[in-house]
Amino acid sequence: MQIGNGSPARPGNGFSVRDCALITLATGERAHSLKELREGLLRVPVGSLYHHFWGRLLRPQFDEPEYNNDFASWAWRGLHDRPLAERLSMVIPTDFDDLEGVRQEVLEIVHQRLDESELALWSAVDQGFCFLHGQVVVFSAGLVFDHPADIVSYLPSLSTGSVFFHFIDARRRTPQRNDDFSAWLAGFDGEFAPLIADLAGLDPYFSSLKELRHRVSAIFQRHFAGSA
Amino acid sequence: MEMLPAQFLQNFIDEYEAVAGRGSIEHLRQLAAPLKGARVVHVNSTREGGGVAEILQKLVPFKQALGLDARWEVIAGDRIFFACTKKLHNGLQGEAVAVGDEELRVYEDANAANAENLRSLLEEADFVFIHDPQPAALLAQCPRRRGKWVWRCHIDASRPHPPIWNYLRKWVMPYDASIFSLPEFSQALPHPQYIIAPSIDPLSEKNRDLPAAEVGELDPRFGFDSNLPLVLQVSRYDRFKDPLGVIEACRMARKLVPLQLVLAGGGAADDPEGDAVLREVQVATAGDPHIHVLLLPNSAHRTINALQRRADIVLQKSLREGFGLTVTEALWKGKPVIGGDTGGIRLQVFDHYTGFLVRTPDGAALRIRYLLHREDLRRQMGERARRFIWENYLLTRHLREYLTLMLGLLHGHQERLEAIEFS
Repeated sequence: MQIGNGSPARPGNGFSVRDCALITLATGERAHSLKELREGLLRVPVGSLYHHFWGRLLRPQFDEPEYNNDFASWAWRGLHDRPLAERLSMVIPTDFDDLEGVRQEVLEIVHQRLDESELALWSAVDQGFCFLHGQVVVFSAGLVFDHPADIVSYLPSLSTGSVFFHFIDARRRTPQRNDDFSAWLAGFDGEFAPLIADLAGLDPYFSSLKELRHRVSAIFQRHFAGSA
Repeated sequence: MEMLPAQFLQNFIDEYEAVAGRGSIEHLRQLAAPLKGARVVHVNSTREGGGVAEILQKLVPFKQALGLDARWEVIAGDRIFFACTKKLHNGLQGEAVAVGDEELRVYEDANAANAENLRSLLEEADFVFIHDPQPAALLAQCPRRRGKWVWRCHIDASRPHPPIWNYLRKWVMPYDASIFSLPEFSQALPHPQYIIAPSIDPLSEKNRDLPAAEVGELDPRFGFDSNLPLVLQVSRYDRFKDPLGVIEACRMARKLVPLQLVLAGGGAADDPEGDAVLREVQVATAGDPHIHVLLLPNSAHRTINALQRRADIVLQKSLREGFGLTVTEALWKGKPVIGGDTGGIRLQVFDHYTGFLVRTPDGAALRIRYLLHREDLRRQMGERARRFIWENYLLTRHLREYLTLMLGLLHGHQERLEAIEFS
């Protein structure tokens, strides 16, 4: 067993498909009111923010949730505070340089809600919020593709773990903050610039992993439609 | 359980591949590859009966089929030991039980005696999974252990009785990690607490496909009306399952839409509270030809399976619930579920997608009427429900999380790790 954070995308070389699996852990922090959520947000490791915004995609979950992060979901399901849920759901993590920025944004929204609503301070919750975090284990899917055209037929069956690793995790892992496919395609001397541009237009935050796979696959198919 | 023959394991994994999908099994193979040869021992207190044994009967062969050296050991104990562990179990679930010093001495002695037989196996293992409170004190008997020890709590420990938890906690604290079924069940412990939701086994008697004729036999067998829609709740006769609320809901609903209700449960024989609830249910339904109260033996898995398939709508109107595997089972059979807005039911029932969450008999009545009027929606929800369970709550997902946990444990607190050979 070794630890590594290397990108599978090696410009000019083959693309090694990786897969990953997530295991969820409790942080021990819980909130039973909005005030306690604020306190918890200040204390939990940044990995917990990652889990509640991104890691949740790999957890057992329903594909069409009302809100796109766990804080917003809890604001509605636990606190029955729809304005707060709506505001929290519009915290888009890709808008921030890092997760500390996301934490500050969530805190600001919670502060604002506490300031404007006495009720938010004292309202009883239906269910508490458990701050979680996760461990992601990365492993080889046993596939290497030499040319982008080769990957087209494989994409529809890409596992959701692979979608997560190459499209979600990559943004946290790579210096360019983009997906692994784009990093690989960039190594072909501009030949795939339009494909890279199309991939850049994908918004991974508002998609399930299956939806994201479908859209990535459609982009590749469209691009290589004439070359088959 | 010793290592099973290779051909058996191949057939075993082929059967799961047919249900769970090739991708899912391939994913498991890749994840398990770095753990090939790892010595894994599961320990619990019974080989048959109960949810833990049901899981291990499949989980251990599955691990073997993926190349792990997985074993399953069962501890022995006398009547006093099991009386004590039953109290520990109930106390962990929040019941204010009292356990005497003598009973605790028997508990500790039994763990020490079992350790005499198991010590070398456990101390040499790479991973030891101790299930529930019964064998929890084994770790203290294995001072030369070399692997990772994990305490797996299958119980709803969200509100444990403090004296019981204080006692158990001292045995659990030295473990390398623990596993709880829901985040709400986790406790203050000085080691990582993993969250792994339960699962259903799609090939068990309770969940495997049944011939249509077997489902059709239910109507004459139990006197159901073949022309009426059937609403079903499967659960113990327990106040937290709210059977009286279910009856009230169905009586409200049938003022506008004809239906029959089946309440199917068992296991009340040695439970005075369960007996009392069953009597209340029988009194409330006496003389009502469209409410059927079935008292089934705990082994009636196939009958439960058939009932769930026969039902048009399944209810689980619990007031308090752990995970709610009866909900999982019903969703797997493509039935929309009207469930109480509590516990793990919230993780499975999504309004308008897989069913409805309700808080009152009135709410349940409203949704029963709605669903019985809309066969097309019932079918749509049922299809989504089955797919949702297929993707999230089958045994294969459970195993995937165990394997991920094992790899994760080898690397402490790192958030992302890359797996290569286990050695």
